[in-house]
Amino acid sequence: MTRVLIVGNGPSAHRLAETLTSRGFTGSVTILGEEPRGAYDRVALTTHLTEGRDLAYPDVPGVTTVIGTRVVSIEPAAKTVNGSIPYDVLVLATGSAPFVPPVPGRDLDGCHVYRTIDDLDAIRASAATATAGVVVGGGLLGLEAADALRGLGLETHIVEMSPWLMPRQVDEGGGAVLKKHVESLGLTVHVKSGVTRIEGEGRVTGLLTPDAGVIDAQVVVFSAGIRPRDELARGAGLQVGERGGIVVDDGMRTSDPSILAIGECALHDGQIYGLVAPCMTMAEVAADRIMGGTAAFTGADLSTKLKLLGVEVAQFGAMAGALDVTYLDPVAGVYKKLFVSDDASTLLGGICVGDASPYATLRSFVGAELPAAPSDLLFSPTAVELPGDAPVCSCNNVTKNDVTAAIKENDLTDVAGVKACTRAGTTCGSCLPLLKKILTESGVDTGTGLCEHFAHSRAELFTIVQVRGITTFTQLIDEHGTGRGCDICKPVVASILASLHNGHVLEGEQAALQDTNDHFLANLQKNGTYSIVPRIPGGEITPEKLIVIGEVARDFGLYTKITGGQRIDLFGARVEELPRIWRRLVDAGFESGHAYGKALRTVKSCVGSTWCRYGVQDSVTLAIDLELRYRGLRSPHKLKSAVSGCARECAEARSKDFGIIATEKGWNLYVGGNGGFTPRHADLLVQDVDTATLIRTIDRFLMFYIRTADRLQRTAAWLENLDGGLDRLRQIIVDDALGICADLDAQMAAHVATYADEWRATLDDPVKLRRFVSFVNAPGTPDPSIAFTTERDQIKPEILQVMSR
Amino acid sequence: MTMTPLRTPVLEPVWEAVCPLTDLLPERGACALIGGEQVAVFRTHDGSLYAIGNQDPFSGAYILSRGIVGTRNGEPTVASPMHKQVFSLTSGACLDDPGTVIPTFPIRVTMGMVEVSVK
Repeated sequence: MTRVLIVGNGPSAHRLAETLTSRGFTGSVTILGEEPRGAYDRVALTTHLTEGRDLAYPDVPGVTTVIGTRVVSIEPAAKTVNGSIPYDVLVLATGSAPFVPPVPGRDLDGCHVYRTIDDLDAIRASAATATAGVVVGGGLLGLEAADALRGLGLETHIVEMSPWLMPRQVDEGGGAVLKKHVESLGLTVHVKSGVTRIEGEGRVTGLLTPDAGVIDAQVVVFSAGIRPRDELARGAGLQVGERGGIVVDDGMRTSDPSILAIGECALHDGQIYGLVAPCMTMAEVAADRIMGGTAAFTGADLSTKLKLLGVEVAQFGAMAGALDVTYLDPVAGVYKKLFVSDDASTLLGGICVGDASPYATLRSFVGAELPAAPSDLLFSPTAVELPGDAPVCSCNNVTKNDVTAAIKENDLTDVAGVKACTRAGTTCGSCLPLLKKILTESGVDTGTGLCEHFAHSRAELFTIVQVRGITTFTQLIDEHGTGRGCDICKPVVASILASLHNGHVLEGEQAALQDTNDHFLANLQKNGTYSIVPRIPGGEITPEKLIVIGEVARDFGLYTKITGGQRIDLFGARVEELPRIWRRLVDAGFESGHAYGKALRTVKSCVGSTWCRYGVQDSVTLAIDLELRYRGLRSPHKLKSAVSGCARECAEARSKDFGIIATEKGWNLYVGGNGGFTPRHADLLVQDVDTATLIRTIDRFLMFYIRTADRLQRTAAWLENLDGGLDRLRQIIVDDALGICADLDAQMAAHVATYADEWRATLDDPVKLRRFVSFVNAPGTPDPSIAFTTERDQIKPEILQVMSR
Repeated sequence: MTMTPLRTPVLEPVWEAVCPLTDLLPERGACALIGGEQVAVFRTHDGSLYAIGNQDPFSGAYILSRGIVGTRNGEPTVASPMHKQVFSLTSGACLDDPGTVIPTFPIRVTMGMVEVSVK
């Protein structure tokens, strides 16, 4: 009977024991582990700290595990360890140890590494009496450790020697985006920074860096790389690498054929593997060899996709190439780069930060011909057709054909079903978007896009239009959609084009995208007539202008009503009357109030300090200035605002998308309020600011909302769905955490500079005027179906007959 | 039972000129008044022409010519601007409420003029 002795009780050892058992190995298997507990999932270590999760692996039946036992020697000639424990096959799965740089003070109380459950428990104990912590090392594990410290409530710093974070996974551009993400969570990042010494007497009090001086901290976590645990092998005279690691062949055999090595301690072809997937493969190869097989380990794909601190990071294939295609969206914090061959035909590799959705698809194309233009791959990787034999889930070795077959045979309708039937997506989950795509390709509807014509959300379309400089709906739908659009996507695209280019909404092809309200620049009412709302900025109006409105209403027989936004609405106009009505209004100095548009409606105001005994600021002037600044601004939904001149809040500013309340020192700005179906009070964004700061902040708030909100999402819902909420919003538009404020400012400046009254422009354009007829073959004829009765001395629409159904 | 062939009079369509084709903006409707009948005419992106009744059966308002033109699963459609029900331009059937069908009319272009027949 073969006696297999495994030294080490980590994930590799556990997988080896499991594989041997499940394949019916008839010998004995014994595991010697130095930790005082059974094997556990080291990959999910952080969850032990943050969620208190139990990470223990299930016991492998039939395997003897001895815990708390450290192996100190191997006697290869006698085939024993520790002088007495015999083996026929010895497997070293000793893993690695964190590297602690030799800096003074590294042994002080409060200094830790991040490797075992004991390490984490010690960190937690130190954190209980600490306010700040430093992680030394900004790699994958360092960021995870930093997240853990942050989760323990510490003010957290990261010190990294390289010029950017995660230098092994991302390049400089990706590192910059990653840094912004990390900083926006409140962490402080020191790159290009070393450690001079750890300060303190007995307990850590700080960390001295060459450049940033002393960082005050009571906890220090070293995460500066790993070193393979090869000391046992060295002692036994086995061959080890120059920089550590037990040398193994493709069969995981060391220089002694009775001794194998697997996992992080093994050096294969000059390479140490610190990722879990290759280590598992090594364990399976070793099991096969022990049982007389010929399996070989031939290296591993080091592609990674992970989510750290809420940021998706992925890297696949090479990290350099003759040509590269880069996409950077500093607003969303997204960076994607593809490396291709010098003839731009072969995909060599890529990097994603902030959005790793291309990873699953593109990874399977590494080394193969590009399936589409690089920019399309970056924007909509799921639009690319995968070959049938493409690996979809590398973790569980599932191809696209496997998934397609499972969908057909089992009538699967969702991703959960595919996971259950194929095991795809059950390990790392990075292929889940692909599974969804294959479901869709198989005729299963899983859509979350805008509508059947676009698989994108409004925010994604906004980015596409902006980055690709698209100016027409036809170009957008030809390149990124299907069919010819509908009443959902067309107004969305019209709004995006208007927000980005600010041309006339009835110019050229754009006219065909508009809802009837925008098409006739008026509000459709229930009988097919329209209502008209001239702009009355701040609700302030002269008697002369009031008289004009009265005369127009009288002469055209319109019903008049005061609106909730301090304006006057004129009802009952037929389409052919609209230009004549507006001719009189424009001549009297009125302009469009955009009551018909997803745009700024009104900025209400109270009378303010000019008249009011209690007012502390001039709310009317500010309201007028704001309304004139933002008039005509197209947005995902209507925008309402109000300015109150004192804390009594007579203008009801906190029920608005952006509301301003005067203080003794300046203005308070509240955002994200609305009335409507789900009322919500606006939240205080900035306090006691001067007028210039206020306007700058509103500019950025509006532009950021316009860029990132969903279709028909008011600011209230948008803010509630924004990752990080109000604090995050403040970081972005006040502290410029994403570095986009200059861009937002420029966009608003462009809007203000190019605004023109839509109605005046329409009246000046005979082509645009031609649509204002009830009948194309009888332009002067009014619609005979429209009729009125009288109520309280004004018109009222007659009830229309609805066809029998 | 025997079937007696009915001799139905073959009605020649009576074509009414509506407007020059160039006046119809692609994917935007217009309304024509033909013998008291309100007809919504549309020109789609591929250049095809369609004519349907202008009345929205759900609201009773004569407004379908002002709806947004598009496609649903490839079928040309218009959405009522009142409450967004979608109608097929080819069959007049309401795709959101299959029991409801609005009239459709023959439409053609002669010498650059759009013509509709309501008889």
